[in-house]
Amino acid sequence: MDTSTFEKKTDINGRMHVSLKHDSAHKHVTGAAEYIDDIPEAAGTLHGALGLSTCPHGEILSIDLDAVKAAPGVVWVFTGRDVPGVNDISPGGRHDEPLLAVTDVQFHGQPIFAVIAETRDAARRAARLAKIEYRPLPHWSDIDGALANEAPLVTEPMTLLRGDPQAEIAKPPHRLKGQMRIGGQEHFYLEGHIAMAIPGEDDEVTVWSSTQHPSEVQHMVGHILGVPANAVTVQTRRMGGGFGGKETQGNQFAALAAIAAKKLKRAVKFRPDRDEDMVMTGKRHDFLIDYDVAYDERGRIHAVDATFAARCGFSSDLSGPVTDRALFHADSSYFYPHVRLTSKPLKTHTVSNTAFRGFGGPQGMLGAERIIEEIAYAVGRDPLDIRKLNFYGQPGSGRDLTPYHQQVQDNIIGRVVEELEQSSDYQARRQAIIEFNRTSRFLRKGIALTPVKFGISFTLTAYNQAGALVHVYSDGSIHLNHGGTEMGQGLNTKVAQVVADCFQVDVDRVKITATTTAKVPNTSATAASSGTDLNGMAAYDAARQIKERLIDFAARCYNVPKEEVEFLPNRVRAGNEIVPFETLVWRAYYDRVQLSAAGFYKTPKIHWDRKAGRGHPFYYFAYGASCTEVTIDTLTGEYLIDRTDILHDVGKSLNPAIDIGQVEGAFVQGMGWLTTEELWWDDKGRLRTHAPSTYKIPLASDRPKIFNVKLAEWSQNAEATIARSKAVGEPPFMLAISVLEALSMAVASVADYRFCPRLDAPATPERVLMAVERLKGLA
Amino acid sequence: MTDSIRFILNGEDVSLTSVRPTETLLDYLRVKRRLTGTKEGCAEGDCGACTVLVGRLIDGMLQYESVNACIRFVGSLHGTHVVTVEHLAGPDGILHPIQQAMVDCHGSQCGFCTPGFVMSLYGLWLSTEKPDRNTIERALQGNLCRCTGYEPIVRAAEQVGAARPSAIFDPLERNRTEIMARLWALQAGETITIEDNGERLIIPGSASALAEILAEEPTATVVAGSTDVGLWVTKQMRPLNPVVFINGISELQTIQRGERGLTIGAGVTYSQAMAVLAETVPAFAGLVNRIGGEQVRNMGTIGGNIANGSPIGDTPPPLIALGASVNLRSRGGSRMVPLDIFFIAYGKQDRRPGEFVESIFVPLPEEGARLAVYKITKRRDEDITAVCGAFNLTLGEDGTVRNIRIAYGGMAATPKRALSVEAALRGKAWTEETVIEAQAAYDRDYKPLTDWRASAEYRQITARNLLLRFFLETSGNPQELKRFEEVA
Repeated sequence: MDTSTFEKKTDINGRMHVSLKHDSAHKHVTGAAEYIDDIPEAAGTLHGALGLSTCPHGEILSIDLDAVKAAPGVVWVFTGRDVPGVNDISPGGRHDEPLLAVTDVQFHGQPIFAVIAETRDAARRAARLAKIEYRPLPHWSDIDGALANEAPLVTEPMTLLRGDPQAEIAKPPHRLKGQMRIGGQEHFYLEGHIAMAIPGEDDEVTVWSSTQHPSEVQHMVGHILGVPANAVTVQTRRMGGGFGGKETQGNQFAALAAIAAKKLKRAVKFRPDRDEDMVMTGKRHDFLIDYDVAYDERGRIHAVDATFAARCGFSSDLSGPVTDRALFHADSSYFYPHVRLTSKPLKTHTVSNTAFRGFGGPQGMLGAERIIEEIAYAVGRDPLDIRKLNFYGQPGSGRDLTPYHQQVQDNIIGRVVEELEQSSDYQARRQAIIEFNRTSRFLRKGIALTPVKFGISFTLTAYNQAGALVHVYSDGSIHLNHGGTEMGQGLNTKVAQVVADCFQVDVDRVKITATTTAKVPNTSATAASSGTDLNGMAAYDAARQIKERLIDFAARCYNVPKEEVEFLPNRVRAGNEIVPFETLVWRAYYDRVQLSAAGFYKTPKIHWDRKAGRGHPFYYFAYGASCTEVTIDTLTGEYLIDRTDILHDVGKSLNPAIDIGQVEGAFVQGMGWLTTEELWWDDKGRLRTHAPSTYKIPLASDRPKIFNVKLAEWSQNAEATIARSKAVGEPPFMLAISVLEALSMAVASVADYRFCPRLDAPATPERVLMAVERLKGLA
Repeated sequence: MTDSIRFILNGEDVSLTSVRPTETLLDYLRVKRRLTGTKEGCAEGDCGACTVLVGRLIDGMLQYESVNACIRFVGSLHGTHVVTVEHLAGPDGILHPIQQAMVDCHGSQCGFCTPGFVMSLYGLWLSTEKPDRNTIERALQGNLCRCTGYEPIVRAAEQVGAARPSAIFDPLERNRTEIMARLWALQAGETITIEDNGERLIIPGSASALAEILAEEPTATVVAGSTDVGLWVTKQMRPLNPVVFINGISELQTIQRGERGLTIGAGVTYSQAMAVLAETVPAFAGLVNRIGGEQVRNMGTIGGNIANGSPIGDTPPPLIALGASVNLRSRGGSRMVPLDIFFIAYGKQDRRPGEFVESIFVPLPEEGARLAVYKITKRRDEDITAVCGAFNLTLGEDGTVRNIRIAYGGMAATPKRALSVEAALRGKAWTEETVIEAQAAYDRDYKPLTDWRASAEYRQITARNLLLRFFLETSGNPQELKRFEEVA
C-alpha cells in the first residue's frame, strides 16, 4: 500500500469548524436529491385526497358520499368511523383533535373524509362530490372574536411573576399602557406535506413521511391503527423545508396513508395540493399583547405587567409550549425588576396553530421591543439608548434574573450590540436619516438596531435527549444515523463533521443515512434549534465509544500504553507505528472488537417547574443583533429595505457557511413575517390567502439591498456543548425585528418623532400608510 | 395521417398521439417520464420549483425561455425543445457551471426549490452575459426560496455570469444548430387535432383556421400563455373541452410599428413585448417588469390579459390610459373596440361568440405626453395588483391640462377610467392646488372593495395619492421607490 499521501496529510477534509458544503448540495442542483414524491412508486400505488369542511363551526347532520364512491378511479372512501384504532391525532394526548371530524366541525377546511383512488387527479376530483349538511354554530376566527365570545382556552395558561409589579406600576409618575397586534405566519416550506405507506406482514407498516418528528409519527400511526409502536417504521431522508410546520402537522397524512395501506394492502400516497396544505395545516400564532409598564425619567423599566393572548385554533396542538415560550422571551434582552406575564391561549374556529421557527419567542420579544419603543418616544430618546439602559447586567449585578428566575450567566449582548453599532456606523447614519427626513416631503427613512437573546432547550425537559447509531465497517467506511431530521439546515453535514473529527477521517468516509425509527428509537422532534446540540453530542458519544475500543485494541496490538495511541488525519499512530485508519479497523475486526455503538445524550443542568414559574429551563442563550435602514413612501406606504447589518452569535461555529446560511435565511423569513406575509380570513371563516398568489413570502428582490452578515467569531459557548458551538435555527429569525422598528421610525418622522407609531405586524404597505395617516392626525 | 404533438425533450424526440388537453407538462415529466428533478411547489406558477426551459424558433432564431411546467399544457409544446434540470450535468456527472456555482456559494439548503432556481439562472445565463444584481433579481422574481434568504443564490449567479466557459461544455450551446434543424422540421403550419377519451385539443395552423374553429366551436377555451387557464385546471379542476392552443400561430406573434401606433398580436408574450415597449412607452415597460415572474412573462400574453377581463389585470389600466383598442376577429371579419368600453362588467367583456382577440392597437403617445403607471401591491414583485393607476397627460403651452386620461385597476369590477377626476383636471393649471382639488372626484369614480389584498379605505387613499405622486414626478420630484434603478 502506498502510504505516502496519507502520511503527509496534516488535516482531514470536513473537520469541525470549517465551511463544508451541504452534504446533498450536488444532488439538490441536479434534481437527484430524492423527496418522497420522487421515490419510485410500488406497483399499484394508490393516491389519497381529502374532503374538507365548508363550514367553520357546526354539527355534522349528514354525510352523503355516494357520488364520491361512484366517481371514476375511486377504490375506497373512509370517514372517522373507519379508523381502526383511536380517531385522534392530538400530539399532547388531550384528545381534542380528530383525524377526521365525525360529529362536528371546528374550522373551515377541517378534513371529514378521505378518498383513495387509482390516480391523484381522480382522488382530488372525487373529493369534491360529497354532500355534507351542517347545523351551523357560532364561530369566530380571531382573537377579538374569541375575547368577545369569552372563548375557552385550549390549554392551561401560564403566569411568570417576580417582585410586585402591580404595586410598582401604581406608583407615579411614569407609566404607559398599550396594545400590540402581531400576525401569524404560514411556513411555506417549498415541499408540501406528503406521506407514503407500504403495508407489511401482520400488523406492520412502513411510512415515508415528510416530518421533523419521525418518532411521533410512529406513535401516532400506531395509535390510529391500534398497533404497538414496534409494528410501525417511519423513514425520513430529507424534507423540502420544515420550519416547525412539520413537527406535528405531518401526523395526519401519515396516519391516513397508513390506514388505507393496511386496509387495501397496497401502497398509498397522500400529497395535498398547496392550497389544501395551507388551509389544513397550522401556522404561527397571532398574538394580541396588552402591556402596562412603569419606568423612570431616563427610560429605565421598573415594572412590566403584560398579557399575551394567542390565536390557537380549534385544538391545543403545541399551543401550550408555544405560548409559554412567548412569555420566556417577553423580556427580550432586558431586566425587569418587577414583572408579571400571563398567557391566554384562546380557542378560535381556525386550523390549530402550531410550531414555527422561534415557537412563540418572536412574538414575546416583539412585545418587549414595542415596550422599549414606547418608552423611547415617551422620553424623547433613541430607542437604542433605552435598550442599552435596560440590558441584563453581568452575573451578580443584581440585574441578572429573568422573569422565570433563571440567572443569565453567559450575557454577551452588550458586546454584540456595541460591535454592531460601530461596524454599521449606526450613530452617523441615524443623524443623516434625521436630516434627510427634515427635508424630504414624502419619502422618509428609518433605522433601528435591535438585540436578540434566545433560550436554548426544549422547555419540556424530557425532550432534551437524543440517540445516534454509528457503525464502522471492516473496510473503514462509517455509517452514521441519528434521531435528527434533515430539512435543509445542514444538520447531517454538521453531525458528519463531528464524527469525522472524532475519528480523524475525511468526512466523505462518513455516510449519512435516512432517519428511521428502526435505528434510533424514542427521538425528539428536530426542533427548538436543538438538532445539532443533541444529535451532534449523541453521535459523538457513539463515535467516542468505538474510538475508545480502537485505542484499547491498538495499545494491545502494538503493545504500547493507551496514551501512545493517537488518531492522526486518516491514520493512527501507536507508539512508533503509523497505520492507515482502515488498516487498524480491519485488524480490530479480525480481533473481534465491536465496531458499532449506540450513542446517547441528555442536556445537563436544566429543570422547570411550570406551576411555580421557576427553574432553569434553558441550558444557555444565543445572542445577536441587527441594524436595518429602510425608506418608505408616505403616499402609498410602500417601502424598500436599504441595508441590514447583522452580528450573530453561534458560539464556536461547527460550520460557518451553514451557520451564515441559517442566519441570512432566518432573517429574510422573519422579515417576511413582519412585512408582507399576511393571513386573511373572511367573515365565513375561510382562509383567503391560501397560495403563493395571495400569500406573499419574500423574494430575492425583497432582501436588503446591502446585506452584511457576520458571525461573532470570538464567541464560545460558556457551556460544554458540542465543540462549544451554539444552536442557530431559531435565534436569527428575531433579527428581523429591526426591520419593523426601522419602518416604525420612518413613520414616526411624519409627526416629528413625538409619538410611538404603534406599527403592528405584519407592516404591509397598507399598515404603514394607515400608521402614517394616524400620526398625521396627531401631529 | 395521425395528428400528433411533437417536441424534443432534452435530447429525445417525442411524438404523442393521445394527450389530454389539460395534461400539464409537470405531470407529464414527473409521472409519465419519471423526470423528478422538476418539482411541484404550488401548481399555480408562483413558486418556480417547476421551472424548465422551452426553446422555440422566434424569427428564425432558437430562443430558450424559462416557463412554469405546472401550468404549461403539453398540448402547447408542439415544435419546441423542452429542457429539464436533468439535461444540465455532463454524462460523466460533471456539474454545469451554474450548478457548480450554486454548490460553491452554498445556494441550496432544503434543495426543493433548487432545480427551479438552477433553470431560471440557466435561462438568464443563456440570454445575458455578466448580469448585474438587478438583472439577476429580475430573473428570479418567479422563484421562491424559503431557506436561504437568496443572498447565496444571487452570488452564485454573479459568479457564474463572470466566468463563461466554452460552448462545448453547455448542452444547449453545443447542439444549437442541430436542435434548430430538428425544430424546423416540426413547424408544419397545419391544424392539429387530437382526441383523447372524448376530450379534444386543437392547434390551429393559422389565424384564419382559428376563426373557422371558433365559428364551429364557440364554447372552446382559447389558450395562449395558460398563466390563468392553467389554474382553472390545477386548482378548480374545471372541465375544458375542446381546448384551442394559439401559442404556435406565428401571425399572432408579431408587433407592427405603424405611424400612429403599435399593433401587438394577441400571442405576443410580455417578454417579447418588453423590448418594443421599453422604446415607445418606457413607463409601461416598467410595469411589465413587475407582472408575475420571468416564467409568467415568458408565457403570458397581453392579449390573454385583456381577453380575460380581470379587474386586476395589469395591462388594461395603462392601455386604457393610452387609448388602446382591441381588434376582435371572427369568421365574419374584424372589428375594433376601444378598450375602455370593452370591459362591460365583472367577468363580462364585449366579445361575441366565435370572436377572439387578434391584436391590440396602442396609439403612440402624443408629442410631449407624460406617462406613468404605478402598481401598488403587498409585495413589490410578482404580486397581483391592489391598486394600479395609469396616467397620460398632455399640457398646453400655458401649463394647463390639455388632455388627460387616467385609468385604474383594483378600484372597480373592471379596469376603469377616472372620468370625473379627468374632468376636474382638464383645462386647469397643472398645479398642486388643482390636483388636491381633483382628488375629491375619486369618490365619484370609484367605490372599491375590501379584500385580502387591501381595504377599500387603503385603495381609495392610495388611488388619490397616486395622482399627487404623478404630479410631483411630472414636476421633477421623483417619489416612486424603485427597486430596480433603470428599466431594461
